[in-house]
Amino acid sequence: MTEKIGVYICHCGSNIAGTVDCPEVSRWAAEALKARGVVVARDYKFMCSSLGQELIEKDIKELGLTRVVVGACSPHLHEPTFRGACGRAGLNPYLCEMVSLREQVSWVHTDKAAATAKAKAVVSGGVERVIHHEPLESLRVPIHPATLIVGGGIAGIQAALEIADSGTPVYLVEREPSIGGHMAQFDKTFPTLDCSACILTPKMVTVGAHPNITMLTYAEVTNVDGFVGNFAVTIRQKPRYVKADLCNGCAVCEEKCPKKVVDEVFEAGLGYRKVIYRPFAQAVPKYPVIDRENCTFFLKGTCKACEKFCPTGAIDFEQKEEIITIQVGNIILATGFDLFDARRIPQFGLGRLPNVFSSLEFERLCNAAGPTNGRVVMRDGVTTPRAVGIVHCVGSRDKHYNNYCSSICCMQSLKFAHLVEERTGATVYNFYIDMRTPAKGYDEFYQRLLEEGVIFIRGRVAEVTDVPQRPEEEGRLVVQVEDTLIGQQRRIPLDMVILSAGLEPRHDAKQVAKMFGISCSADGWYIEKHPKLDPIATMTEGIYIAGVAQGPKDIPASVAQGAAAAARVMGRIQQKEIALEPVRASIDETRCSGCRICNNMCPFNAILYHADKAVSEVNPALCQGCGTCVAACPAGAISGTVFSDQQVLSQLEGLLLRNLQPATV
Amino acid sequence: MTANGKPKFAMYWAAACGGCEIAVLNIHEKILDVDANFEVVFWPVAMDAKYKDVEAMPDQSITLCLLNGAIRNSENQHIAELLRRKAKILVAFGSCACEGGFPALSNLTTVEETLDTAFFSVSTDNPQKVLPQVSFAAAEGELVIPHMYSVVKSLDQVVPVDYYMPGCPPESEQIAAVVELVIKALKGEATLPPAGAVIGAGTSTVCDECKRARNEKKIKGFTRIQDFRPDPALCLLEQGILCNGPATRNGCTARCPTAGVPCIGCYGPTDGARDFGARLMSAVASVIDSNDPQEIERILDGIPDVVGSFYHTNLAGSLLKASKPTWEEEQHAAPHN
Amino acid sequence: MTEVFEPVIIGFTCNWCSYRAADLAGIGRMKYPPNIRLIRLMCSGRLDPTFVLKALASGADGVMISGCHPGECHYLEQNYKAMRRYHLLKRMLTQMGVEPGRVKLVWASAAEGARLASEITKMVEEVRALGPLNWPTAGAAAALPEKPAALEVPA
Repeated sequence: MTEKIGVYICHCGSNIAGTVDCPEVSRWAAEALKARGVVVARDYKFMCSSLGQELIEKDIKELGLTRVVVGACSPHLHEPTFRGACGRAGLNPYLCEMVSLREQVSWVHTDKAAATAKAKAVVSGGVERVIHHEPLESLRVPIHPATLIVGGGIAGIQAALEIADSGTPVYLVEREPSIGGHMAQFDKTFPTLDCSACILTPKMVTVGAHPNITMLTYAEVTNVDGFVGNFAVTIRQKPRYVKADLCNGCAVCEEKCPKKVVDEVFEAGLGYRKVIYRPFAQAVPKYPVIDRENCTFFLKGTCKACEKFCPTGAIDFEQKEEIITIQVGNIILATGFDLFDARRIPQFGLGRLPNVFSSLEFERLCNAAGPTNGRVVMRDGVTTPRAVGIVHCVGSRDKHYNNYCSSICCMQSLKFAHLVEERTGATVYNFYIDMRTPAKGYDEFYQRLLEEGVIFIRGRVAEVTDVPQRPEEEGRLVVQVEDTLIGQQRRIPLDMVILSAGLEPRHDAKQVAKMFGISCSADGWYIEKHPKLDPIATMTEGIYIAGVAQGPKDIPASVAQGAAAAARVMGRIQQKEIALEPVRASIDETRCSGCRICNNMCPFNAILYHADKAVSEVNPALCQGCGTCVAACPAGAISGTVFSDQQVLSQLEGLLLRNLQPATV
Repeated sequence: MTANGKPKFAMYWAAACGGCEIAVLNIHEKILDVDANFEVVFWPVAMDAKYKDVEAMPDQSITLCLLNGAIRNSENQHIAELLRRKAKILVAFGSCACEGGFPALSNLTTVEETLDTAFFSVSTDNPQKVLPQVSFAAAEGELVIPHMYSVVKSLDQVVPVDYYMPGCPPESEQIAAVVELVIKALKGEATLPPAGAVIGAGTSTVCDECKRARNEKKIKGFTRIQDFRPDPALCLLEQGILCNGPATRNGCTARCPTAGVPCIGCYGPTDGARDFGARLMSAVASVIDSNDPQEIERILDGIPDVVGSFYHTNLAGSLLKASKPTWEEEQHAAPHN
Repeated sequence: MTEVFEPVIIGFTCNWCSYRAADLAGIGRMKYPPNIRLIRLMCSGRLDPTFVLKALASGADGVMISGCHPGECHYLEQNYKAMRRYHLLKRMLTQMGVEPGRVKLVWASAAEGARLASEITKMVEEVRALGPLNWPTAGAAAALPEKPAALEVPA
């Protein structure tokens, strides 16, 4: 049974017609491809215009067209347009094929005869292909109204509040005992010099008290099953050894605990915490946790001071971990970042030279609730530095470590400069490559520091050393740097050096990404759907990303992304169901032998193996339509819509003009 | 139909090894059904008959003809064309007739090289450098022998074929089943499948019949069964042994993997495959457990003969069919018959 | 008069990277020879060796396979599968006497329009130098007419 094919060649003004003889291509299609089913071929100045689309719609209705081929610009621009025209005329939109005669013919070739001949071949390919198109319907799946947000930093908190305020339930899962993320560790935020905790903690409290938010802190996601609208997430709630319903947050346990350990996480190794602890005073939730690995009771069976002194009997050494499964419709990943470990650059001396500090260490130093109560002092805890150097771009913009710019370190370094000056009156040097101050108030902040007398030296620091070459360097740190603005090497004696280390993806970002079925870029940040136009969605429907997990950014941008992801989710929830593109693979059970070769072809976990029937199956809602399994199946048992074998091979025949010859082998 | 009313049966071997004949004889007592229900008019292995006897038969008078072996020389082609005229149902029987079989691996070389190896290399004592000729003027007259074609062909590349029965050889139980089906069809008790179908085989692959345990495949290297002790209960491919089973049509009860040797693909491709080797290559390469080009190359070094490993019995039926030098020799050779 | 041989090359592109790179080349009006005809797949992982063999057996003189750079595949890691198949396919083609220069794998991100254009230009010249493949299974010639466009392609 031959199809009735309509062919439409667009001039696109002179964009195509200037190089390709469009009337000739149209005439040729009507004649040479008549035997293949072409019943009408037209050419028109602007096929995408309403008049152009009407040509198609009219022909579908009057000529009973069963297939349409449009030769015009790139399908990435107007495929939806022409599919829409077909749909309006009563033809299934997927029975329309668009071929590029502009971006891939008229705009890239100069020889008109050759371009016209190629256009004919391209149209011929489209005609052969479209014969094998099938009518398809978008897949519609329902959306569960609950949302999971992974990561309780500022981006996750913002997203959680927005969604919860709109009236639907939110699960906020956070690995650490408290929400707050890195922002809770900072002292002041640039450029306003707002106290970080002061602007963060009210939001944290709101999250903790919100009726629509279920906070699961000290918990981790271990498994994700399902697909957009319908995720089943397994969460491991680690045991706090404190009963939340009995604990009143009095912190007597923390006071009485006899054992102190270095706090590597919140205090960045600069200070101590007890073994039963809250990471910081304003922790949300307020319940402490017992660090089992260092607890005397767990190690030796003695102490139990916390239990003795707890007024409500909330300590429970028998508490077990809990496995919780939740159903959600959408997931937002706001898992934040790790700081670049500056010890990887040995010439900067972090970890070797006592008065070299990482940026997080310095934040803790500055923080009024930190180990030095906000006094900026040297590692001895006493001495005030007289000269401080701040090194920008540590581990960033560096092909030996991370090639990218970490976005916030210049502003952070300027903030440090201001704080050091304000609190110590020391001479401050900032060693920078470029000064990146793009947002509101940022450059003004830089200008203010110039006025405050901070010394800016443009050059990469070669090394930080304690080996003196001149008498004034004795007993001090020396920064060796090329001052590129004066073209000279300089050695600057200092008391303290702060390394503005770059931001890196979390050490387990790749595993987390895999668990959720998304991917990381070469640098390790989660990949967004489109870097310009869709930074918070991912290729996997239903999984969104927000905050630094998507790439280095400051707090306002993290908040904006958290809110954007929330808006997207709320839109989905409101629609109650979602339509998925019907580009899918499916396995013919009668042909499948259960060889399982396809089983590890799918990064989206869309292929399941049924051991009872010894066949594999593709879940159409998880399938992203890449077609890799279709190509991998040795039995040819997997077929793909929209890009089936038959369609591609026919297009090939058409492109090579074999469809014009009598059938051969 | 002969005078005794029994439908005629013929079987012929073109470029073949005789295994298909043995497989038919191996249907044991069912051979008596063949004898009871058919008159065997032409079967070189089993009886004496001359080509002129076949030529004398009316067209389409042989009800069922099983033709095994590939088309390698002018005689094969001539008889294939003859039997096509004389037979009602012509079955491409066995892997050679279906897709060229092992003889088709000759499509990687030329006739010249083949003769060179056979007659001039170290394994033959041929001091006078004698080479066979297609014709020879003897005292009694000109003697002519069939000449070899450069490109080995499958049966359907020279004549239209009604059914394909793959296997090297086809399983005797399957042959018995087909014989029974044809006998029933002739009596009006069953219908034959549509022309062009593959018979005596299934619609899935050998893995369907293989009892070995199967997991996700991650191949770190290719090896052979003699290089280590393969686990008899585990999929061979998973152990790095290049088993063609996943791409091979089922119907053979997975005899070879059950016996501990990898499948060689003799039942040919499934309905979903246009080119057997392409399907198998795609599948096997996809599960190589490496993303590093150098490591992939190192792993692939474990398959020294790629075409031989992936097109054991299917080269003539493949998309490219023969190597460039083979084609070039074919195009320069004298036209066939 | 010697006619210059115009090779026909089939290019397989992936929807997210190399097809967009081809579009970008067009937007930038970058020029490359018209000898290549592109087929769009969703992903280079869809590339079935059958497609390449069919192209060569049907009259193409060369095949270019392109996709996202390793590590940047839109579908996470599918281009690696394409790469693995390509390595095996190349060995098979070499054994079959098909010159290595006729089938090429090129990674191109959506931003690399210029690079794709230059790779195409390079490949056209390389295949031109190799001459027509003329695989005997192609049947009648499937080349484009060298004469002006007004002349019809025989039906």
